[in-house]
Amino acid sequence: MRELFVQASYLLASVFFILGLKSLSRAETASRGVTLAATGMLVAIVGTLMQQVIIDYRWIALGLTVGTVIGVPLGTRVPMTAMPQRIAIALTFGALAATLVGIAEFHDHADTMAFGQRIAVAFEVVLGALTVAGSFVAFGKLQEILPGRPLTYRGQNAVNFALLGVLVLMLGAVVAGVGGPMLFYGLIALAFLAGVMLVMPIGGADMPVVVALLNSYSGLASAATGFAISNNVLIVSGALDGTSGFLLSMLMSKAMNRSFANVLFGAFGSQAPGGAAAAGSSDLVATAISAEDAAVQLAYASNVVVVPGYGMAVAQAQHQVRELAELIEKRGGEVRYAIHPVAGRMPGHMNVLLAEANIPYDKLYDMDEINGDLSRADVALIIGANDVVNPAARTDPTSPIYGMPILNVDEAKSVIVLKRGMSVGFAGIDNMLFYQPRTRMLFGDAKASLVKLVTEIKALS
Amino acid sequence: MQLYVFVLAGFVGMLVIARVPPLLHTPLMSATNAISGISLVGSLVAAGAGRSMVSTILGTVAVTTATINVVGGFIITKRMLAMFKRSDRRPSDAPSNAPKV
Repeated sequence: MRELFVQASYLLASVFFILGLKSLSRAETASRGVTLAATGMLVAIVGTLMQQVIIDYRWIALGLTVGTVIGVPLGTRVPMTAMPQRIAIALTFGALAATLVGIAEFHDHADTMAFGQRIAVAFEVVLGALTVAGSFVAFGKLQEILPGRPLTYRGQNAVNFALLGVLVLMLGAVVAGVGGPMLFYGLIALAFLAGVMLVMPIGGADMPVVVALLNSYSGLASAATGFAISNNVLIVSGALDGTSGFLLSMLMSKAMNRSFANVLFGAFGSQAPGGAAAAGSSDLVATAISAEDAAVQLAYASNVVVVPGYGMAVAQAQHQVRELAELIEKRGGEVRYAIHPVAGRMPGHMNVLLAEANIPYDKLYDMDEINGDLSRADVALIIGANDVVNPAARTDPTSPIYGMPILNVDEAKSVIVLKRGMSVGFAGIDNMLFYQPRTRMLFGDAKASLVKLVTEIKALS
Repeated sequence: MQLYVFVLAGFVGMLVIARVPPLLHTPLMSATNAISGISLVGSLVAAGAGRSMVSTILGTVAVTTATINVVGGFIITKRMLAMFKRSDRRPSDAPSNAPKV
């Protein structure tokens, strides 16, 4: 009877999780869906605590209390700009839980385990330890504790492949039941090392793909936990988590025009920057514009498209962007925002940053939604974006970003670029957009330039 | 049987998650992160079944980290989604600074 109740609670939780994720397909229903998923979680926890095998609640109470004390500030205090590293550290915690449960399982039942269970536990700890280490390195890079640039050395790929090869061999041995406990713990240590080595060479700009991929691994680790302890709700949510991470990382690498393999083993940003810059670019001249003139142009535009990039987020300028947009709207113009899939440091990050600045989400447009409409724009205002608006991706087959989907702002009637100087973007290549006859450069810090634009437009009326 | 559950759930995941718009991809990652805290159910058993000291200690640490994800994950996802607002009025006729829902 009690067992039936437990299983029912798991089934209910699984259904609530799926419905919760389904409600994320629309912004209107999303928040309700998350409440539903949280309810499902509560049901599953209560169900588990009712289980007969649980005889001692003291340690559980300790873990729940400490976890809540740490979890609440991580939920309420972390700023939205820090979301990528927040996710990375959460992946570390989640994978750590899966790994520890796997070790406990092995420690207690190593001799009595069925073959299938042995496979599950082995995968659980390998994926778990890999994710713990990998996400922690990703966290360190995003939080800038570790250097964000790719750390590479000669023969790195060979070393990593060898490491993965040994890992697979050891995994096989553990599954086959040879070698005993030392081999099992060695496997965990090696998976941990592999996690560090695999993420170290990946640069800051590629982190969205890596974080999404680690999300997928962490999901698979908890699904493996489910197999190991015969728990269906773990299998279901692990599978959901795994597919979500996988789909997002596919999407991200597509938006960056890179294959998975290229992100993981390519160390893109490690090419000498500037080496790839167009050699003939020195005779091209970008036309600068003063804040006064740019303000006039924006004030009398009826259709403005803002293209925010990571530079805007770094400058914390989203509130000034909103202020500028409100002024333009007050004067009768329309302001929309064009969001490239890799703007920001994780999937959808830019949308959250703009929403935080009180910019209504129905004004945020995905690349595919707005690209056909950019030729109607009177002014395209580029703030801290570079590679994602580089027309070379469409026109120059020799460019390293050729084929990458971009925002076609070069089709707009005029373009104003807010930029610190003429430096190159992540890809280390020059941007022909800046030399177009219709493009004007407003040099300076993004935030300071926006403040100037706001003052100038106010002075006009 | 369990493989069956895994494959079906993965399939459902594909269908559901492919329909989440890029607008909500960060909340999606944050929500799946919170949901992944379900490894709590495994951790609770390890911590409370009184099997061995090793298992109890590892289980307790696992309960702690999983709880961090559940509690922190759901709170931050709700907080993030609360920021997404529609523009249902023209900004020009929004003179008051009183909070509007």
